[in-house]
Amino acid sequence: MAKSASGPAVPPHPLAPASGKGYRLIGRRLPLVDAALKVTGRAEYTDDLKRPGLLVGRLLKSTQAHARIAGVDVSAARALPGVAAVLTGRRFPTPFGVLPMTHDETALAVEKVRHYGEWVAAVAAVDEETCEKALRRIEVRYEPLPVYDDPGVSERPVTEKIHARALRDTNIQKEVFQHFGDVPRAFQEAFAEVKVQGRFAGVNHGFTEPHCVLAEASPDGRLTVWSATQVPHYLLRALSEVLGLPLHRIRVIKPEVGGGFGGKSDPFPHEIACAALAVETGRPVKLLLDREDVFYVNHGRHPTRNLVRLAADEKGTFTALDVEALLDGGAFSSFGVVTTYYNGVLALGPYRLPSFRYHGVRAYTNHPPSGAMRAHGGTNIRYSLEMAVDALAERLGRDPVALRLQNLLPADTQTVNEFRITSNGAEACLLAARDRSRWRERFRQLPYGEGIGVACGFYISGSNSPIHFTPRFPQSTVHLKVDVDGGVTIHSGAADIGQGSKTLLAQVVAEVLGIRMDRTRVAAVDSDTAPVDLGSYSSRVTFMMGNAAKRAAEELREALAQAAGDILGEPPAGLVFEDERIHRDGSPEVGVDFLAAVHRAMEHRGALVASGSYESPPMGGTFKGAKAGTAPAYSFSAYVSQVKVDLETGFVDVKKVWAAFDCGRPLNPLAVEGQIEGSIHMGLGQLLSESMDYRGARLMNPSLLDYKILAPQQMPEVECLLVGGEDPEGPFGAKEAGEGPLIPVLPSVGAAVHDALGIRFLDLPLTPDKVFRALERARREGTARKPPLPGETREG
Amino acid sequence: MTASAPLHLKVNGVPLERSVPPNRILLDLLREDLNLTGTKRGCDLGTCGCCTVLLDGVPTLSCLTLARLAEGAEVTTIEGLGEHGELTALQRAFVEHGATQCGFCTPGFLLAATALLRDHPTPSRQEIQEALSGNLCRCTGYVKILEAVEAACRTGLPAPSP
Repeated sequence: MAKSASGPAVPPHPLAPASGKGYRLIGRRLPLVDAALKVTGRAEYTDDLKRPGLLVGRLLKSTQAHARIAGVDVSAARALPGVAAVLTGRRFPTPFGVLPMTHDETALAVEKVRHYGEWVAAVAAVDEETCEKALRRIEVRYEPLPVYDDPGVSERPVTEKIHARALRDTNIQKEVFQHFGDVPRAFQEAFAEVKVQGRFAGVNHGFTEPHCVLAEASPDGRLTVWSATQVPHYLLRALSEVLGLPLHRIRVIKPEVGGGFGGKSDPFPHEIACAALAVETGRPVKLLLDREDVFYVNHGRHPTRNLVRLAADEKGTFTALDVEALLDGGAFSSFGVVTTYYNGVLALGPYRLPSFRYHGVRAYTNHPPSGAMRAHGGTNIRYSLEMAVDALAERLGRDPVALRLQNLLPADTQTVNEFRITSNGAEACLLAARDRSRWRERFRQLPYGEGIGVACGFYISGSNSPIHFTPRFPQSTVHLKVDVDGGVTIHSGAADIGQGSKTLLAQVVAEVLGIRMDRTRVAAVDSDTAPVDLGSYSSRVTFMMGNAAKRAAEELREALAQAAGDILGEPPAGLVFEDERIHRDGSPEVGVDFLAAVHRAMEHRGALVASGSYESPPMGGTFKGAKAGTAPAYSFSAYVSQVKVDLETGFVDVKKVWAAFDCGRPLNPLAVEGQIEGSIHMGLGQLLSESMDYRGARLMNPSLLDYKILAPQQMPEVECLLVGGEDPEGPFGAKEAGEGPLIPVLPSVGAAVHDALGIRFLDLPLTPDKVFRALERARREGTARKPPLPGETREG
Repeated sequence: MTASAPLHLKVNGVPLERSVPPNRILLDLLREDLNLTGTKRGCDLGTCGCCTVLLDGVPTLSCLTLARLAEGAEVTTIEGLGEHGELTALQRAFVEHGATQCGFCTPGFLLAATALLRDHPTPSRQEIQEALSGNLCRCTGYVKILEAVEAACRTGLPAPSP
């Protein structure tokens, strides 16, 4: 296995199994435990569920981007036979939101609407047809207000604030100033500086399963909500706040979720509205959004403009980074406070930066709300930063890999803003990507129109600051139960959204107990039985849930070792758990079956239970915003991408991506590769074709026909290089692999296009029309040629 | 809309006679009336491929197909793949190669790939990509799906569809 920053010159073979400790399951390529259900159509998603007496719920969309609601007349809709309930915003007006300090969404619009497609009324009826009829009979009187479709306008004084809570007389939702070291002086003294101005269209998660929720209020005073959510616990809290029910009377169940990517991590208006309909009617109500609705609900990646200035001394050592970012928050706050910080502070790895300044603004507009999307807050800033590093290398006549290697943070250090860096495989990643891609023979040496580019990445492995929680509670807890049958039930509140957290639970518990994975069964997620886990966001699950599961299994193992020791007359400490047996180390014949130990341990006590939890250690500085971006570990990455640009059409064909990633010890390389490949697909979509296209405040492409996700024939070849060392605090040495892998693909392709054409594109998506126009200009100006080859590249 | 003359079709080998309103789409017939919920509703516009079924063996978007157009036809859904609870070679390959993550697109991919392998037992990578180009997956980047289809070609053909 590769060591961390001081790692070997020759990386290990890709996918070399995690070494050393003789794990049976950890580090193996294991199929997901629920795969058989999914390939047979037996996996149950929310829309597959039916309940006796089920009603259909539907929502009325606003036809205005920004307007006061002068009146809503629902009488004709209520009078329609088959209609069970019609609700407007005034029935449940309590605001909610994912962050406790920015509650500004409501189940249904109350006094005004803030974006086209915002929900204004909700209907429950016997069938879909009746619902649609009822919606058409609702009359809403709007008084139009000034519409804000540009964050550049919203950050200045406005005549009509979108939210009263916006700063001063503007529509600014959040503004961040940070300064470490002396940035102006560093620029004054710099040998070289580069400036990059990036512009990024908004993008949508594009999960295949549209949002769906089923809610049922039962006569015993309880409310049960099944929802396609990434964070069952935050949904439960939001339901309690808005509906006024105590937490213990609400039960949230997460069925299978058809993809999330951050887009199912907020508590959503439709979830609350559906529950409100259930409470109102006393009957189960199911509410399924259509694809257009999904685009209007959005909460996707922020449309962003940023400005990055990077300074270096004569040796090419970075001396300062200065970042400005302006984010289009859309109509609501969502995770916006976090997003605003992340768009600056997530630039602080993997490079050593002795001084850093950041000014970030997130402004409300009348676009559908932006929110968290895979590699939240780390994607757009990374593109501009890596393009700046690429430009600096060119300015200095340096090889971009060598310049990066020179500037990497070491392991076990602290960044200028006091991020605690522990394991760090950045160097191993760069070396692996460089060598596997035959960088030295290709960079600047492919024909005009073809190119190769490199970029690094850096991402949190679980946010250290829990949302909604006193820090004295753990971020993740796992319970185990084993009874006479010897099956181990794993209770967890972590949401498997396809990434494989159920498989990880089974794998970790079975590893520790020396049993087969099929002796375990994962019960996730039912809030009545599952201990709280803060859910699937901030790439936290492997690290936090994994540690909690390991500790729970270790507690159970202690009880079983005691019981086995009693049977065998052996000291428990010397017993080994393997192959479904518990035996003396080195003498498998002196042992008992797992089941015999379970039965012994159960005598006069009954079923065995165990609990484990994870709480991240205290970290981060004491200045304002110091906790943003702190994490118990960070993933590192370096990708090299190769492209061929069609010089006639401007079409960029990504041929191959060498994806070197440090996720610590990969617990299940098959699943890690799946995360990397999927991330590359999503990142390339944002880079090449995906864009929320607005005309004014109107979204022009709310369908998968016009919003272009890459199809199978558009994916490049991907070579995954898992080169991380063990993380000291991750479960079995593991770190995240769910979000970080998206980050480096965009700038590595951006740099490859620059290598191909000598043009640096800073306005995403990089669609053929933009490339074609730039090519035409280059031809006119006689600059259509490859940039020069730095001598350093071939010398290495 | 009113129900009219009954619809006759075979679903996963079982003959059915149903009274179906003329505006009923095949997807709703399968999911709502027959409780075959393995066929997924992803976009209702024929853009994602999650609702793909085989209509007389041909991959068909059930969200764009009126149920009445299936008169006299044989419909195969994900529930109809494999016999006696055994997975087909293709389904096994999807499991073993990590071709399914969230699983929502999986039934559509499996049916499109089943039709491909029935007609072209040893397709090239490009032929597989083309055959699956009507199906979107947001989790896997398609890499492991393509690998699984290729692996299934090597290990054995899927059971011929009914």
